[in-house]
Amino acid sequence: MFGSSNPGDEELRFLARLSQVTRRRTFIQWSGVTIAAVAAGCSADEPLQPSGRAPLGPGGTGSSTDPVNLGTGDVLVLNFAYALEQLEAAFYSQVISTPYSGISDEEMQILDDVRKHELIHRDFFKEALDSLNAAIPALEVDFTSVDFTSRQSVLETARTFEDLGVSAYNGAGKYLENLDYLLVAGKIVSVEARHAAAIRDLLNPKSGDFAGDDVVDAQGLDVVNTPADVFAAADPFIVTEIDTGNLPTT
Amino acid sequence: MNEDKKLIFEALEHPEVLERAVSRRDALRGGGKAGIGLALASMPIMLAALTRRAFAQGSLPNEIVNPLNFALVLEYLEDDFYRMGLETAGLIPSEDRAIFEQVGKHEAAHVAFLSSVLGSKAAIRPSWDFTAGGQFDPFGDYPTFMLLAQGFEDTGVRAYKGQAGNVASNDDILTAALRIHSVEARHASEIRRLRGEKGWITLNNGPAPLAAVYAGEQNTTQLGIDVAKYQGAEAGTEAFDEPLGLEDVLAIAGLFGTGT
Repeated sequence: MFGSSNPGDEELRFLARLSQVTRRRTFIQWSGVTIAAVAAGCSADEPLQPSGRAPLGPGGTGSSTDPVNLGTGDVLVLNFAYALEQLEAAFYSQVISTPYSGISDEEMQILDDVRKHELIHRDFFKEALDSLNAAIPALEVDFTSVDFTSRQSVLETARTFEDLGVSAYNGAGKYLENLDYLLVAGKIVSVEARHAAAIRDLLNPKSGDFAGDDVVDAQGLDVVNTPADVFAAADPFIVTEIDTGNLPTT
Repeated sequence: MNEDKKLIFEALEHPEVLERAVSRRDALRGGGKAGIGLALASMPIMLAALTRRAFAQGSLPNEIVNPLNFALVLEYLEDDFYRMGLETAGLIPSEDRAIFEQVGKHEAAHVAFLSSVLGSKAAIRPSWDFTAGGQFDPFGDYPTFMLLAQGFEDTGVRAYKGQAGNVASNDDILTAALRIHSVEARHASEIRRLRGEKGWITLNNGPAPLAAVYAGEQNTTQLGIDVAKYQGAEAGTEAFDEPLGLEDVLAIAGLFGTGT
């Protein structure tokens, strides 16, 4: 192998096929590595994966190449929430590590508070799921689509994540059988909604946008999404392969 | 959970249970405190009338109707409060009007939505005294208007949260309730920030007249896990909003009831 200057034709064809299949993942993994390294260097409590390899999955996955298994039933819903909270926590950690220029004191205060809340939600879900031996691993994320130097890009992404979080908890509540879990989800979703309103107000102060007609319908009901749709929306930001086959689509 | 449920249904069917519960708590508090704490001491009669009006609609105690009517009464209160505020000339500064118009629009929509879900079982709209017997002047003093608005919204968030488990047997109702719940939280965040506070609740901090609204928000134990250990107690309480039981919510709402 070391002696050969060129791989054989058969090997080339194999590699070509392989790269076609994995092109998207490979690209995202490489960009994800960069972001992860930056975040890890700046924030001690950030558990982003420092390498491009998918972490081992305690949710039943035995190999680093298997997609992460979210589990079933209430565990599935809790892992779904844990994944979203990981995403949010990583995002705000990056925001605070590399604040956009001209960030106001109020904006820094709000974004740093939100960062803490999302870190708490993430660590809380991990601990709760660990006690059930069911926590998914730390996910590798990719924020290359976000310009962290731009106020608009950061706040619009924050708005997207917060509204997505609200819609996720609102849509997933009915799948929780254990009423203690339902209550704790309720305790978290209203905080996500508080975040959403504050961020929306930063983008368009003193307007009706904090609970705008784009998220609250004519019946006064807030945005709701199925778990499958939420994951589809979050997918571009998540590098780690996750088996979403069990996620409810209604 | 089952015991709580039983208590709630008992209270809904027999308002005098609520009356006793409130009186007992008032006795413990002993009065002497300004604001909602003080006014509570004089309100059990009004509360009883309010709850009778709202809940004693004949023999329809089923586990969905009662929590929904409880929610409807709160929505009536908010709806009337914002409409009166918006209709009071010179009260809301023009730069803040868009906010309260949006909030008011949602509360009216919630009343319409819950009324349509409940149909003939919907509670009757009570009449309100938003001065709480002369204690507050919300339509003559904008800071007081904002203060009460914050209290109503944060109470609403806690009330819906407290009822989620009681409507969980019906997926559609649960989802609708969750969707109203998060709208109330958006409102609360905006109004709090308008008042110069954070959009989220730290410990049980709040303006003195609203002490009852924030009682218990300092909890840092979630599913048996101490959430203060991650980022401190303050952030730990901000990250989780606490529910409030029916009896405590009605004690707050009942402050503004007229008994008719």
